Amino acid sequence: MKYYITDNCAKAVELKDIPEVEYAAFYEDLKERLSDERYHIAHYFARTEDTRLKFYLVLLDDEEQKVMITSFAMEYYDDIALPSLTALHPQVHPFEREIAELYNVEFDSMPWNKPLRFPFNRRNRNSTMDNYPFYTIEGESLHEVNVGPIHAGIIEPGAFRFICNGENVLHLEIALGYQHRGVENEFTSTDNRLRQTLLAESIAGDSAVSHSTAFVNAVEKLSAQVDHNLDIERTVALELERMAMHIADTGALCTDVAYQLGQVACEALRTVIINTTQAWCGNRFGKGLIRPCGTNKPLTKEKIEMIINNVTDVRRRYNEVKDDIESSPTILARFEQCGLVPKAEILNIGGVGMAARASGAKRDIRSSHPYAAYGKEISHESVVKRQGDVMSRLAVRLDEVLQAADNILSLLASYKPSVTARPDYECKLQPNALSFGLLEGWRGEICHIAITNEEGNISTYKIKDPSVHNWLGLAIAVRSEGISDFPINNKSFNLSYCGHDL
Amino acid sequence: MIFPKIKVLHSHGWQYIPDLNAVTLTEEFRGRPVLTPTADMRDVEAAAKLCPVKAITTAPFTLDLGKCLFCGECALRAPQNIRFTNDYKIASTSREALVIKPGDERVEFHPENVREEIFKLFGHALKLRQVSAAGDASVEMELNASGNVNFDFGRYGVEFVASPRHADGVVITGPISQNMAEALEICYNSIPHPKLVIVCGSEACSGGLFAESKAIDRSFLERYPVDLWLPGTPTHPMTFIDGVMNLLGKKTR
Repeated sequence: MKYYITDNCAKAVELKDIPEVEYAAFYEDLKERLSDERYHIAHYFARTEDTRLKFYLVLLDDEEQKVMITSFAMEYYDDIALPSLTALHPQVHPFEREIAELYNVEFDSMPWNKPLRFPFNRRNRNSTMDNYPFYTIEGESLHEVNVGPIHAGIIEPGAFRFICNGENVLHLEIALGYQHRGVENEFTSTDNRLRQTLLAESIAGDSAVSHSTAFVNAVEKLSAQVDHNLDIERTVALELERMAMHIADTGALCTDVAYQLGQVACEALRTVIINTTQAWCGNRFGKGLIRPCGTNKPLTKEKIEMIINNVTDVRRRYNEVKDDIESSPTILARFEQCGLVPKAEILNIGGVGMAARASGAKRDIRSSHPYAAYGKEISHESVVKRQGDVMSRLAVRLDEVLQAADNILSLLASYKPSVTARPDYECKLQPNALSFGLLEGWRGEICHIAITNEEGNISTYKIKDPSVHNWLGLAIAVRSEGISDFPINNKSFNLSYCGHDL
Repeated sequence: MIFPKIKVLHSHGWQYIPDLNAVTLTEEFRGRPVLTPTADMRDVEAAAKLCPVKAITTAPFTLDLGKCLFCGECALRAPQNIRFTNDYKIASTSREALVIKPGDERVEFHPENVREEIFKLFGHALKLRQVSAAGDASVEMELNASGNVNFDFGRYGVEFVASPRHADGVVITGPISQNMAEALEICYNSIPHPKLVIVCGSEACSGGLFAESKAIDRSFLERYPVDLWLPGTPTHPMTFIDGVMNLLGKKTR
């Protein structure tokens, strides 16, 4: 089957160069490829083009650093059902569900044909948050527990429905959509590139740097080449965000097993990192730092020194916390062998990022599709664990914080600040083209896709947060675990609600 | 093993901020802006045109913090006219007070708007229920941080609780999505009287980038009075702490 082959550093693709195939061939090809772990879907979406509904697929080949793009189309009013790929490969489920929800496309023998996020522009207005079709099992010994949408802590909303046998979870279903703001739609309803950049920063506030970098990458592939030093500074920002969030999660996991020393130590360490980001750009989450084609906050000698000092200090102190956790049997007893997701299972559901690496699947865009400083200044070795339990997901973080610190320190050791480019909100975008931003945020793979129209305005914008894949991983992890272990499982994934709901 | 713990404890040392009133933030922090009109206002017009949330008006010259996302781009376009200071004390009891005018040297708090029972009943202990209604998680993390080992807002009896039945008020974050509107209302109705409504973050104050989005339903704020407005993207823990301290009469601006 025909694909347009590109990579993560190439320029945008002209729409006319993307092959259009028949669905039958598309189906057969994906049926084959998705059985092989080297391939997985970065994005698969539909959009209307004149009277047709056109489907685009962006497939990643992890072994040869290739990004493969293809498409197929159907007449808008065709009511033929397409054979569902989810039936064969569960990893396709969020994409088919989104297409079904937005365009009423029917997928034949789709095993989990449920609403994904109840967007405002859904076709079926009778389908609402209140009547989400939860899965049920009848049985005298079973009971259901509903949690949410409002949770006990200060976190985002989502509804969790447990089916329990005594204390043990038989099944967990997660209903999302409460956070839906219409982000993708807002991207295309404005030409103000600053507004689009701020939208990218607010897709998921805990990944503001990652999402805004994905956006500017997509925009820059459609316009200008940027200074490589700007890429280095962005990499530093990405790694600072990774450190901050991994430290926060380490602390949160300690909180949930009532280990207060680990909790407070991590709170203090995270404060140092986010205050470092604040002293760099004025915002603790890195908002205001990443801008298309340049930056308002280039690194200076003083700032570099400040970052090096703080990161060195945090690295030393976090390493002590790591030693402490690893030598505390009472903590290990709670985390080990809890919430297992075997490698076969995580590959099956298309798991990405940190959670996949904890289960032995080496999904890491930094090494499989290198960008910015990766593959150049940093030769990235992914942290991969095997067990797939809560401890493995914590262990990935324990190692990645130190790795991120080392990356920052090695990047800055020889770095001479020289970025002079300022943001460009007026730059012309290549018309009739498809461009993507693909990178590894702290949670995992983030993929943004921009399609421009004849005038060079963004006419379709698609966002994929890693949470879209990984929520199902959490549901699988808690099966047969005690319901009281749900919090540590939830924290071990720490997925985004707003990134999923958009 | 005890030795690694002693090491962690030793490196941790004392982290809490002894005097929250004495906190100043880094010079880079973008807090309360200062506006200076000039004869030539073309820079301001350019900045107002670029502003992604239309927070700036030129005649009269104002900047609405309830809309502002603190990206700071306007200050770069019109450096003569707009300057962001690191003043984090930007909470107010009135939405109008968030609109900054030339010559303003602080955000007015208007303590006269605070109901008497708030001082009387909640002055020593205030328990809040937080509801994220399409908040982007950064505001939520900053609210969590206000109770952390550094800020330790719990020392004044201000804490977040799990159940609305235990709460004295609700803290709303996010522009309020349609899909959360009903849950928010149910939560609010479950809180016993008298109760507070605090909106936290510029997106909650005005809808922010999503003010025009069809996925948003802000009718809750038309039906219920708001006691405290907290701008910010996200609201800094110190803005939240300062705002609530003023509300409880523990501090005057």
